[in-house]
Amino acid sequence: MIEWIHPAFFFFVGAAILPFVKGRGRSALLLSIPVLSFLSLLFASQGIHGAIPFIGQKLIFGRVDKLSMVFGYAFTIIAFIGMVYALHVQESGEHIVALLYAGSALGVIFAGDLFSLFLFWEIMAFSSVFLIWFKGGESSNAAGMRYLLVHIFGGLCLLGGIVIHASSGGTAFSSLPHTGLGPTLILIGFLLNAAVPPLHAWLADAYPEATVTGIVFLSVFTTKTAVYVLVRGFPGMEILIIMGAIMAVYGIVYAMLENDTRRLLAYHIISQVGYMVVGVGIGTDLALNGAVAFAFTNILYKALLLMGMSSVLFMTGKRKATELGGLYRTMPWTFLLFMIGGFSISGVPLFSGFISKSMVVSAAVETHQSWAFLLLTLASAGTLLSTTLKLPYAVFLGEDKKIPATDPPDNMLYGMGLAAFICILLGLWPDLLYRLLPYPVEYHPYTGEHLVGSLQILGFTALGFVLFLNKMRPENTISLDIDWFYRKATAGFLWLANRLLGVS
Amino acid sequence: MNLKRFLERYFEDPDLQKKFKRIFYAVLALLVVVDFFVHREHVTFLWDTIPGFMSLYGFVATVLMIVVSKAIGHAWLMKSEDYYD
Repeated sequence: MIEWIHPAFFFFVGAAILPFVKGRGRSALLLSIPVLSFLSLLFASQGIHGAIPFIGQKLIFGRVDKLSMVFGYAFTIIAFIGMVYALHVQESGEHIVALLYAGSALGVIFAGDLFSLFLFWEIMAFSSVFLIWFKGGESSNAAGMRYLLVHIFGGLCLLGGIVIHASSGGTAFSSLPHTGLGPTLILIGFLLNAAVPPLHAWLADAYPEATVTGIVFLSVFTTKTAVYVLVRGFPGMEILIIMGAIMAVYGIVYAMLENDTRRLLAYHIISQVGYMVVGVGIGTDLALNGAVAFAFTNILYKALLLMGMSSVLFMTGKRKATELGGLYRTMPWTFLLFMIGGFSISGVPLFSGFISKSMVVSAAVETHQSWAFLLLTLASAGTLLSTTLKLPYAVFLGEDKKIPATDPPDNMLYGMGLAAFICILLGLWPDLLYRLLPYPVEYHPYTGEHLVGSLQILGFTALGFVLFLNKMRPENTISLDIDWFYRKATAGFLWLANRLLGVS
Repeated sequence: MNLKRFLERYFEDPDLQKKFKRIFYAVLALLVVVDFFVHREHVTFLWDTIPGFMSLYGFVATVLMIVVSKAIGHAWLMKSEDYYD
């Protein structure tokens, strides 16, 4: 009897044999990979597995505990949903890189030492970039290249940090010191993948340039593995509270200005991960549970929202809110499922966001973080405002632009339906998720106080939307962000270099 | 079930729309009233003792976000689409 099979094993083997399988067999293979991986998690026993000696150190591929398991479940579930949504894609290469990306994300989650973590961290970067490049076209090629360069920089910070830290602190990956050059470089590598400003611009730059189905995988693995390593490596590091709270609001401001439907949602990923970073920074059992629960629920509703807008892109070819409108008549199911994602992300009671977001916010209250509380609550209002009200109003309601469209192919609807189902299930039955959380904490989201407080925030935000509807209209612009520095400054540097060298 | 026809009935009928708006405002008022009677388990911040604070904060935050974001956007961040070309 084999003691333990690494859940990533199925993804890597599947990626290797996929090119040789055609037709229905290929669909069956794509769907069975995450299922088998999920089953291997169900039967995994806690402890250390797969330790291999390597140049005087120990590589540990399988640390199985509650923290790695809950991320493992989330990743295999969303990999299944993403595969259902992508089944119609003919290009095998796109499936292969998605499998490698998901598998390496699982590799990071179960890595017990920093070197094997780094190995999978890099496979993630180099496989995920192809989900952008497969879209084709000049803007995707360029955005993918910027994405890759930024992640190579992040990976180098991480590697440098690991090497420096290893000489004194060893290579085991557990809670790291909050000072010193090595851990600081490791932290920078982690923060870059979590898209914490000012290291965030790659996300909003690159994700909307990804393929219709690729963005679903992208939205999950990079930022959520980063949340995992932060929970594992830097719990209770106070500066993360400030960074996370700023991050939550930063994403909101840009989402308010954005016209590209998928870029608007990408800015909301940044905002949402901000809550998780705050949870890590507070570092109490409730806060860390909250960060993990938030990651779990966010993976599902964020993917659902992006699947919705990707479906709109797929069926209409349009990605700008200003060019869309009135689609609920032609894409009613997409509209309905998108709204379930919208209610979930805004933390409407009975949907999954409510049971996870309130944990982080409650942890901020318990530790008397008044500013974090106010900023996170503001970000909650902003999430409802732009994801759940402005965006669907512009795309599905609003002025009917008479765009010919229908709901997307069945497999795409089933993918969205599955995600929507789990969003509602967790909202109604929070204990299903709570029992998977790493720390034993008694928490009840449905108290009168929480319900009335949340409903007031949501209700009066909606009132603001109704009163200021005219101001909320999307505008046909792009917004400057930190990527300006490397997009404009590198062009300026090239111009200067060419002048100095006398090349016209 | 024809989802399209179901949605159209609710979105296109002006009478129903008016009715929805009235219900929406009534619910908002009710929420503020209920807040006077909801039991607070812990009072941490000053505003925890003020009934209806969350309503006020939600509304003010929304207006601020719209006004401030758009102001920063128009003054500085928002550029025409061919800016990087």
